[in-house]
Order: sequence, then structure tokens, then C-alpha cells
Amino acid sequence: MKILVPIKRVIDYNVKVRVRRDGGGVETAGVKMSMNPFDEIAVEEALRLREKGIASEVLVVSIGVPQAADTLRTALAMGADRAILVQSEESPEPLAVAKILKILVERETPDLVILGKQAIDDDMNATGQMLAGLLDWPQATFASRVEKTGDSLTVSREVDGGSETLSLTLPAIVTADLRLNEPRYASLPNIMKAKKKPLETLSAADLGIDLTRRLTTLSIAEPPTRKAGIKVGSVAELVEKLRNEAKVI
Amino acid sequence: MTALVLLDAEDGTIPQTSRSAIAAATRLGDVDVLVTGGPETIESAAAAAAKIPGIRKVRTVSGEDFAHALAEPLAALLVALAPEYDHIVAAATTIGKSALPRAAALLDVQIIPDVMEIKDAETFVRPIFAGNALVTLRSSDAKKLLTIRTASFDPVPAEGGTAPIETVTPPPCRSKAHFVSAEHSSTERPQLEAARIIVSGGRGLQSAEGFKILEPLADKLGAAIGASRVAVDSGFVPNDYQVGQTGKIVAPDLYIACGISGAIQHLAGMKDSKVIVAINKDEDAPIFQVADYGLVGDLFQIVPALTEALG
Repeated sequence: MKILVPIKRVIDYNVKVRVRRDGGGVETAGVKMSMNPFDEIAVEEALRLREKGIASEVLVVSIGVPQAADTLRTALAMGADRAILVQSEESPEPLAVAKILKILVERETPDLVILGKQAIDDDMNATGQMLAGLLDWPQATFASRVEKTGDSLTVSREVDGGSETLSLTLPAIVTADLRLNEPRYASLPNIMKAKKKPLETLSAADLGIDLTRRLTTLSIAEPPTRKAGIKVGSVAELVEKLRNEAKVI
Repeated sequence: MTALVLLDAEDGTIPQTSRSAIAAATRLGDVDVLVTGGPETIESAAAAAAKIPGIRKVRTVSGEDFAHALAEPLAALLVALAPEYDHIVAAATTIGKSALPRAAALLDVQIIPDVMEIKDAETFVRPIFAGNALVTLRSSDAKKLLTIRTASFDPVPAEGGTAPIETVTPPPCRSKAHFVSAEHSSTERPQLEAARIIVSGGRGLQSAEGFKILEPLADKLGAAIGASRVAVDSGFVPNDYQVGQTGKIVAPDLYIACGISGAIQHLAGMKDSKVIVAINKDEDAPIFQVADYGLVGDLFQIVPALTEALG
């Protein structure tokens, strides 16, 4: 079984994101970039399936600026076998990403695509579902457990009321949630080895996909900030404030 | 303009989150609602939906394919109904977030998730970067598919209307995803998204046993119980308790954060609460920067004392 894992380069999750003064975007100059944390979980799950002997190859794909090659190298250092970078000037919308991935899926014929449930920059939570729709493949979003049973995949998902288990006929799409696994760190020898692993570069334009954005950004603003209130000295004072000042109990 | 709202109705009732999605859709024009479910639940769900005021009609689809709200048949159904509508809307619940992007791709439309504000029929505000920025965007797609951040829209009432009910025949769908089982957390308490008061716990509760200290307080206040990611990851409570960027987004009248430090990802899920109370032994915890009332101290003494003081 071959697994394709799409990954995205995003502002590191530890960075406090600031809106640019001109309102045209967020500050990215000199800001640390990393692999989207949910995509790291997806890479880890693919590697575990390979280590269990269920998968034979793990292919990672990223779509974006040339520096996304660094993110792919990170995935190769974690243990992925091969990488493809599809270069584009900026980060395309999920619909365009799904169309590019569809072409790569048709070319590479994986049995499974695992990706993060959302990217922590645009928080769209859409690419996996959109790719599943375009391919007419079954999908399991928000996965917390993945097991192969015969020709199908048994996936537990985190849903609003608790958890749910689905059985998907392969090929299929799975989107990774937080508790699917704890991703490994790449060791120094593996980082060195990753430099020699194959990384193919394509351009989005060559694939013939129209990247024109459907959503035009009119403005980006910081949300209204909440002011710190007061510290109370006792439980009695807290109850008094909640009853008589805030009037919420 | 006419909007179709997909309701989360598979258990035979219409949740508050779906009524918030209807409230958002009424700003776009006439509203039809789509109720789906298995044969056992569809009639009660349709009857509940018909009582919601301000709806043009209730459209129902029933069948085994729809008993568990799987994304594949729902997306195929939305695509079949799409020619009649300008907007297709759902609450940003796990069902809406799974089915609508899939339908959008099939319609060659870019989904607009987590809408917090509707400026006009094609202009919307949504959060990015865990709510650290809000983007106003305009869609050039002929049809718009949206999921709604339910904490941002007051729900329409559950009663008062008499909308007509119409049965729809679904398109054929040979789904390659099959429902196996579900484990729903059973609770007598209000749902997190619908609760007026939430008592929430974090790392400071120390264990599943420790977490139980919140129950008498929640009982006394008629509150829902929430949790931070750490509390869920540590196994104190099930995953559906999680409040935050990747959990539930809530905006109750009163949010009592006990032993929660206040990571950005948690604040993203609760900072729109009307009144926030923080109880934490670390007086420098970031949660105090958003709390209206902070109390520094040992929660294992404060929480029982607060429960007691509420009489």
C-alpha cells in the first residue's frame, strides 16, 4: 500500500501572530516557519503504517513557495521515502490545492491519502474533504485511530457528541486530529540522510490548474481585545460580584 | 436570494447550533431547511424543524444512508439540491465541517468556513490564525457554501412557526464509507455550545478523579462542563469536552476556568464569553489577562467553597 501525505508550510505554532499595520496580511518577515502540526501527525501515522508492514511507501507533497522544500526535507528526515514540491507563488486556496492533489493522486495512484484536518494559518479545514469529493473517495475526518482490516480501513473519529468509528473501502482519505499520535523528532543522522532522498519539483502552472482565488481578502484586522478585569480576594467577594455586578448567577 | 440550511437532525431533534445557522441564513434571504435522518427519527425531526419560525419550507430526506450523517450521501444530496439555492449553509459542527467542503468541491466552489459575520450576500468575516486575526473576504463564486461559527449568532427560537414539510428523493449514492459504531458521552448536563454557564477544567485538576470536583459546582449552576486540551490529552475527560481552536467554540454568559493556564488555542475557543472567571494558583497565568474576575489560590479549596457559597 502506498500512502500520499500532503503537508503545508505555516507560521510556527509558537509564534504570536501579528496583523500588519497596512491590514493586508499578517507579519511574516523574520518569522519562524514549520510544518503544520496536524500534517506532522499525518506523516507520523503514515510512517507507523509503513513500520507495521501495512504500507510500502510514504510520499510527501507540498504546494507553495520554493522554501516549502525545507518542510518536505523535515518530513523526509522523519522517515518519508520521497517528496514532490509543486511550486506556486503563494499558498493556493483549498479548492485549487485539492485539484493539484487530484492530478498527483492520478499520477502516483496511492491507496490512502492522510493529511492534517486543518492548517493552523487559514484554519480552513477543507482540503481533505474537497479532495475526497473530487476523487469520489470515501473520507474520515478528525481521525483519532486508524487500522487496516482486509481491504478496508477502520477509522475512529472525534465528533461533537463523543467518538464514532467508520469503515472505508480503499482508496480513501483520512484527516488527522490531535490525538491520533505523537509525532517523532527527526534525529541528526536522519536529517543528513534526508538530504539525499529524492525531491521532485513541479510547477502549479505546468499542471494546468487555474489558481485564481475565489475569495478576495478585503481586510485583515485584529479581533477586539479583552481587557483584564480585577482580582478578587475571596470566594465571598467573587459570588457577590457575579450576583450584583455581572448579574450572571 | 434563497438559502438552504442543512440541520444536524439525525437524532430526531434540532440542536441550538442548527438554529444559530438558521439565524445566520435569514440575513441572506428566504430560508429552506434540510432535515435528514434514518426512518425512525425523520418524522420527529421534521416536526421539530417545522415549528421553527421564519422558515419557508422543511425538506426531508430519510433512508439508511442518512441515519449517521455521513459526508458522502449528504454531499451528493446538497449537490442535487444546489441549483435551487444561492447559499448553502450549515453550522460548523463535525457534520457541517465534513459534508459542506466535499459538496463545495463537487460544485467547483471554494467553501467559506466558520463565518462569524455576514456583511452582505457575498462578503463574510471569519477567523484565521486561531482567532488572532479576522479576515473580511468576498466570494466570486456564483453559489456560496458557508459553515457558521454558532457562538457568533443568537439562535432563532425553537417554537412559533408552521412551515410546510416536503419529502425529497435523494440521488443515488453508493457510499464507500460505512458506519460501524458510536460512543456518545452520556450526560444530563446542557451541551457545551448551548450552555448559559460553563465550568471548565485544565491541568490544575491533576487527574480524572480531581476533575470530578467540578461536578457539584456545575450541578449547582446548571452548567455544562468543558476542558482544556491538556485535560483531554491527559485522559481526565473525553475529547468532546475540549474547548478551543480545535475543540468547541463557546460564548456562554459565564465561563469559569479552573486550573486552566490560558494557552492561545484555548482562549480562541472561549474569549467571546460574556463574563470570564479564572481560578488558578499561578497569579501570572495568561488566563487572568482575559478574565473579568480572577481568584488566585488552590482550586481544591476554592471550588468546593464556591459550590458551598452558592447555597
